[in-house]
Amino acid sequence: MTYEELLTQQALADDRFVVMTAENRALVRNIYAHLGNRFIDTGITEQTMIGAAAGLALRGRIPVVHALASFLTMRAFEFVRTDAGIPNLPIKLSSFIPGFLSDGNGPTHQAIEDISLMRGIPNMTVFAPADEDDLLKMLPQIWNYPSPSYVRINTRKTEFEHAPFEFGKAEVIAEGSDVTILTYGLLFEQVLEAVKILEAEGLSVGFVNMRSLKPVDEQAILNAAKSNLVVSVEDHFLTGGLYSIIAEVLLKHQASAKVLPLALNEKWFKPSLLPKVLEHEGFTGKQIAEKILGYNTKAVQATIAAQEFSE
Amino acid sequence: MSTQTTAIDKQQLQATALKVREHIIRMATDGGCFVGASLSAADLILYLYSEWLNVNKSNLSDPNRDYLFLSKGHDVPALYGTFVELGLMDPERLKNHLSIDDHIYWHPNTKIPGIEFHSGSLGHLPSVAIGVALDIKIRGGKNRVVCILGDGELNEGTCWEAMLVANAYQLDNLIFVVDRNQFQANMPTEDLIPLEPLHDKFAAFGAAVKRIDGHDFDALHDAFSAYPFQPGKVNVVIADTVRGRGLPSIERRADRWFCNFTATEIDSLLKELHGEHQTQLTSETLVVR
Repeated sequence: MTYEELLTQQALADDRFVVMTAENRALVRNIYAHLGNRFIDTGITEQTMIGAAAGLALRGRIPVVHALASFLTMRAFEFVRTDAGIPNLPIKLSSFIPGFLSDGNGPTHQAIEDISLMRGIPNMTVFAPADEDDLLKMLPQIWNYPSPSYVRINTRKTEFEHAPFEFGKAEVIAEGSDVTILTYGLLFEQVLEAVKILEAEGLSVGFVNMRSLKPVDEQAILNAAKSNLVVSVEDHFLTGGLYSIIAEVLLKHQASAKVLPLALNEKWFKPSLLPKVLEHEGFTGKQIAEKILGYNTKAVQATIAAQEFSE
Repeated sequence: MSTQTTAIDKQQLQATALKVREHIIRMATDGGCFVGASLSAADLILYLYSEWLNVNKSNLSDPNRDYLFLSKGHDVPALYGTFVELGLMDPERLKNHLSIDDHIYWHPNTKIPGIEFHSGSLGHLPSVAIGVALDIKIRGGKNRVVCILGDGELNEGTCWEAMLVANAYQLDNLIFVVDRNQFQANMPTEDLIPLEPLHDKFAAFGAAVKRIDGHDFDALHDAFSAYPFQPGKVNVVIADTVRGRGLPSIERRADRWFCNFTATEIDSLLKELHGEHQTQLTSETLVVR
């Protein structure tokens, strides 16, 4: 099953669904043959597409709309906020090549503030699947939920088989006392590798695939905070993404934790093909593991130094 | 209503239009409202609801009703006044203008039965109207979609983006009506971002265009009776209007965009509306160049 097959199946089973695109057809090349006039391409007009989606939703439709992540979330931001958010219409945003997935396109195409922007809109729900399996497991519930949604589309295949999706719940893959890594989206695969390295080093490692960033699984974050170190890993600006979400949740519950954020701090990433991007920006599994080990070592050294000082 | 040309009772419409204007004027105090833009759009809004649109108290959620979207938004007092006169809204409710306990404020919102979508951010409702018109087409419906735009609003690129898309999908069930009152917020449109030749601009985007006197009920009736103007083409009506129409003391005045009149001024303006002396306005005005 692919994204397009699932969407076709959903739309054929329920004629409230219409599929729209601002001439970004990568995910929906074949769907016109099945849906006919329920496939609407508005051309390179992200704003008009969202406005028209609102009009269709007023008539009882559920529009699943497609555009490149940066233009869907930023060019059309005010339309999403005003025409989907304010009236709480079930417009389903499928965001193509978010985060590092824009690989060689350059900063114009880097949606690395999308989670921050979308979760700031009342009524909006926000999701980031780890891979294709995760994506296909979450979409039916998201599409049938009566609110607007934003999904960071990720159709990359991994070997991992995900647990069934529960709306607003994270997927807790492992619990650990030394360090717990929270991540979402395509970096899941890298974190999976980092976890193996850290475990080989003898650490007890927790691993959480966030899946749903709004509503967020607060309990999963609070549980993670019980380990000695929490690490957030995201292809997003440091501001407004998972690191911010963790801070908000901890503050809300008056909990505290030592948190190491791995994110893009006040910078766009160097454009190249994805494997090179990951390496250059320090987000391969090995680099993530090294940063955590280095941070722990430094923390241990700092503790020793403090003890020596106190003596 | 039938789209066939039938006689309209022009005198009755003019009398009702005066009442709509009275409501608008009464809303322009205790916080005020966008009175100029409301007075320019009053006749065309009244015409559409009373003569042309298939919209009434009993069919507001009927999927076969016609739709009207107020994109420019500032003219919502004209819509409230029309709703009251046509029995769609309790006249007592207008006294709640800007009340924290009601939903009657400077821009349209769907808490008022009969308002199809909120507006206030310019250039949004052309695309929302496209979505509704598209759905009607997909379902093979006969209902019609009207979207009222301000001329200043046409500065927004999304109005023209919408024209491209409406043309591409041959939305001849969609009518854009431009309240061409010649002003944007602070100055005449032609002094800031010139729009003319406006007819040619819309025609170049593939629309079937009519330009009429937006205060002449016969002209409005002739234009809308010709719907659809041309099969397969989006319809555009450029309604030439006067900002502040009906109140000579504020007509075509750049500094009378938003007005918050005193109670004394309101009394005097209501008389002015009925042809008496012009009002000596002392309330605050906008600073314009």
